[in-house]
Amino acid sequence: MHLALFFIFGALCLAGALNLLLQRHPINSALSLIVVMSSLAVLYLLLGAEFLAAAQVIVYSGAIMVLFTFVIMLLNAGKEERTRGSKLAYIAGFPGAAALLSLLTFMFLSHQGEFARARIGEYVVTTSELSRMLFTDLLLPFEVTSVLILIAILGAVALARKEH
Amino acid sequence: METSLLVFLLISLAKVIVVVVILLMAVAYTVLLERKLVGRIQNRWGPSRVGPFGLLQPLVDGAKLFLKEDMMPTAVYRPLYILAPMIALGCALTSIAVIPFGADIRWHGVQLFEIADVNIGLLIVLGVTSIGVYGIALSGWSSNNKYSLLGALRASAQVVSYELALGLSLIGVVMRASSLRLRDIVNVQGTHGLISWNFFGGFQFVAFFIYLMAAYAETNRSPFDLPEAESELTAGYHTEYSSMKFAMFFMAEYANMITVSCVATLLFFGGWTSPFGHLFDGVIGGTVANALLPIFWFVAKVFGFLFLYIWVRGTLPRFRYDQLMGFGWKFLVPVAIANIVVTSFCMGLWLPVH
Amino acid sequence: MVPIAWYLILSAILFCIGVAAFLIKRNIISVFMSIELMLNAVNLTFVAFAQQWHQVSGQIFVFFVMVVAAAEAAVGLAIIIAVFRARNTLNVDQVDLMKL
Repeated sequence: MHLALFFIFGALCLAGALNLLLQRHPINSALSLIVVMSSLAVLYLLLGAEFLAAAQVIVYSGAIMVLFTFVIMLLNAGKEERTRGSKLAYIAGFPGAAALLSLLTFMFLSHQGEFARARIGEYVVTTSELSRMLFTDLLLPFEVTSVLILIAILGAVALARKEH
Repeated sequence: METSLLVFLLISLAKVIVVVVILLMAVAYTVLLERKLVGRIQNRWGPSRVGPFGLLQPLVDGAKLFLKEDMMPTAVYRPLYILAPMIALGCALTSIAVIPFGADIRWHGVQLFEIADVNIGLLIVLGVTSIGVYGIALSGWSSNNKYSLLGALRASAQVVSYELALGLSLIGVVMRASSLRLRDIVNVQGTHGLISWNFFGGFQFVAFFIYLMAAYAETNRSPFDLPEAESELTAGYHTEYSSMKFAMFFMAEYANMITVSCVATLLFFGGWTSPFGHLFDGVIGGTVANALLPIFWFVAKVFGFLFLYIWVRGTLPRFRYDQLMGFGWKFLVPVAIANIVVTSFCMGLWLPVH
Repeated sequence: MVPIAWYLILSAILFCIGVAAFLIKRNIISVFMSIELMLNAVNLTFVAFAQQWHQVSGQIFVFFVMVVAAAEAAVGLAIIIAVFRARNTLNVDQVDLMKL
């Protein structure tokens, strides 16, 4: 069951990510990114992170990506054209990314014996557990992030405001 | 109590089919109810020709929409144009999966009156609702029509803004139950009937009204139906849609209404618990009656909320767009935050510390 | 039962696709989206390691990453709108002058 779900949603993730890379229209890229994020939420559930799965859907798929599509629709962004810069990126980008991938995969596979195996329901972090940690040991970082968000709101308003 | 996977899958499948069929029927008859009630509010009859009291009208409407020609305008962006109504309807139908309809009755270890009993049920409802906005946004964008695009932009801005107030209004309820599981939230309210419901005993009426207004905005219903304001945007995001695709948007809207009513019932009005508490427990006996009575209460409450929805639609005029945004950000959000502060303060004062 | 290493490899693949997309994409919104993809890939690693060591802190870290990503998206999209207003283009190759 776990294996089947992992393969289905892992494949969805990969397909979405590749589609993001290959599509030329930003709205198609945005939609494939939503697919990636929603399938990642299922993978979080499989890894026992209930609250994060819900937060992933609400925050990422439901708020951040709505903002992205909103901006794409607002600016009416068309298909992107290929330029000289992109050719250079093709030549440098693909080998670089492939090298990084093979390095990471080699590292993970060579230490595979040290990793555990995940089972459904073996280790589930409940929301109350998570919030207890967040509001006791990590209260200061939590409050600091709220200040960060306030600054971000002010910055966004200042940037997007029309000059009079 | 070992449940084999096969039995679990079969029972779950049966539950899903039953719930979806009932939900679609409910959607059809909510449309009829709306037409009848709005008709009465406007001093006319509403549909009355098909069948007794117009009761067969939904079937005829369905057949008509199904048989209509499916127009595909030439300038639309095809993949998203087709995908958008599916997203809208899919999300609207999905969130019903975590809603418990009746008491905790199990058969072969599987709950009968709920498709999935999950720990984060409330968050799942919120998450699925927040994905539903893509149906509207993409339909407006892919239609390649100015009115549709304006409607879609309005809808996405509106839904994102009101989601904030919606989420904040639920915190008081969650604090009282100290759980996100919908069943736990109802069980907290089930002890003394009416007075232990969150609306009365939990002193969450402020939260309830915030929830109600935010939910009306979230489902794009009057008085917040700016995305489809017919006087300015023809029909908003579904201007270019016809036949079954239009019907899917229509069904999504009413299914969302039903979901919102279910959640309001569960969170603020005690779900399936009786308003009289355990006062009349022994009067109607038998296992079947005990299983079905909670469902009766649940359906009655949901019906009440649907009635309210339609009543509001028949009564209130539409907001202006800047009023809508100002109302959401400058009134609902601060009041919701104040409600959280007051509720937590009271709980800290009067409840024993664990 | 799925080995944790598979989750890590999946996240590595996602991260590298994100890197490639970041380099290749020319539309500034798509570039921004590939950054989000990389953040998501890293989040998956955190959750996988939280499962590996049975520690809550990995998940807390993801929570903070989400918060920061939301703030970043708000500011970043505001910057994109400002850039589009000033230069009327979304192509990163054409946004190369310090002053108009």
